[in-house]
Amino acid sequence: MAFFTLFMETAYATFADVLPIAIVLLGFQIGVLRQKPRNLSRILIGLLYVLLGLTFFLVGLEKALFPVGKAMARQLTNPEFIGVAPDATVVEWASFLWVFAFAWMIGFATTIAEPSLIAVALKAEEIAGGSITAWGLRLAVALGVSVGVTIGAYRIVSGDSLGLYIMAGYAIVITQTFFASKTIIPLAYDSGGVTTSTVTVPVLAALGLGLAIAVPGRSPLLDGFGLIAFASVFPIISVLGYDIVSTWFLRQKKLKPENTEEEVSQ
Amino acid sequence: MISALADFLRLLAGSFRDLLPIILTVAFFQIVVLQQPFPNLDEVLFGLVFVVVGLTLFIQGLEMGLFPLGNDMAEAFARKGSLMALLAFAFCLGFGTTVAEPALIAVTAEAAKIASDAGVIEGNAEARASYADSLRIIVALSVGLALLIGVFRILKGWPIYYFIIAGYLLVIAITPFAPAEIVGIAYDAGGVTTSTITVPLVTALGVGLAQTIRGRNPMTDGFGLIALASLTPMIFVMVFGMVV
Repeated sequence: MAFFTLFMETAYATFADVLPIAIVLLGFQIGVLRQKPRNLSRILIGLLYVLLGLTFFLVGLEKALFPVGKAMARQLTNPEFIGVAPDATVVEWASFLWVFAFAWMIGFATTIAEPSLIAVALKAEEIAGGSITAWGLRLAVALGVSVGVTIGAYRIVSGDSLGLYIMAGYAIVITQTFFASKTIIPLAYDSGGVTTSTVTVPVLAALGLGLAIAVPGRSPLLDGFGLIAFASVFPIISVLGYDIVSTWFLRQKKLKPENTEEEVSQ
Repeated sequence: MISALADFLRLLAGSFRDLLPIILTVAFFQIVVLQQPFPNLDEVLFGLVFVVVGLTLFIQGLEMGLFPLGNDMAEAFARKGSLMALLAFAFCLGFGTTVAEPALIAVTAEAAKIASDAGVIEGNAEARASYADSLRIIVALSVGLALLIGVFRILKGWPIYYFIIAGYLLVIAITPFAPAEIVGIAYDAGGVTTSTITVPLVTALGVGLAQTIRGRNPMTDGFGLIALASLTPMIFVMVFGMVV
């Protein structure tokens, strides 16, 4: 019964979330465009699938992942588990190795399952004409989130300035932009924004908050935030980095004589 | 019928593969590191079935509903040829999808609590609610503006990195002047504005526009709307924190 209530509540929340979008779409469709879209019934069935799918997805997360993930974040950052004396004022960052390992793995895992990223990756594969695969993009983005979240967790432990880290990330992105292929840049920027949604945010928020409470001298309000920001900057770096490295390898290959011959014979 | 069932099963298997890393991570930490049994294992397994089925339906619906819808609207606006109508649509879409976003409502409520604890606003519930509401409107306006600028950029074919680099430099420039309490929230606000339904729709719209307009390349011009929509909230929220 509680399960049914949760399902109906989630369904209601999802529909409420979609309502403003539906109003904007309908308003412009009727008021401005004044024409029926092609395959209207197919589109409507598809939208129903999206709503139903999201509801199932969120209910399942609420039942399966979030309680375990949040409890895990709490337990891993528990002073007793880490071995911190209750009156300690300074804690070695090395005491948090399991937390960093968890940040690394959960950052990767939740990103692979992120529906928004799946959508962008599918679209990119569709229009890139074979040069980008959806899986390749998702792996690159997930690795970026892994690195970003781990560095973010380290920052909470060390107490360094969030602004400084993010600015350094931006500086890297700006530098990479000058060397990356023109076709990958917009997609790389977009992949930063899509990593942090349904699956990733609740678990990362719990991890950041747990860490900020566990480390002496950190404020949960000031330091608990910010992991999400790391998860949106580092995928841009990893996607641009992947492009720069793979382009460099391609160029190296082309420079070799046997490859040039092949090109000539074609 | 049988082939449709086979397709669905293949999609289910794909969704299961997408979730495998989470399952392995959680199992590894629970069993090896924390050395504890799973609480309510039956509920967890039941929930996982829901997640797999939900993801499968979502991806199916993406290809059938959201992508064609975004694409059709882009084509229809391009055929109609009214710049004002298209820009108004982009703004309304950004504003409308953001203003009611549950994640944003949660973050702005949290921000209001921090602001009242820090003594920036009065400590009563009324002051907090009005602070949270204005913050939410500010973020929604910034996303609307981002889509408006982003769509205009697609029409003009200007490179996205001019905008993003300028935006980053602006973020870097104003961060030292923004109140410390608001910086973390501002950075996170960029991430929470792009919901699971908005992203496919906006992506399909951008790519559809770039495909329809002659001389635009879907890869270089079509993407970038999401990036802009996650950048402008940071700037607007920090400026809001400086003004209030």
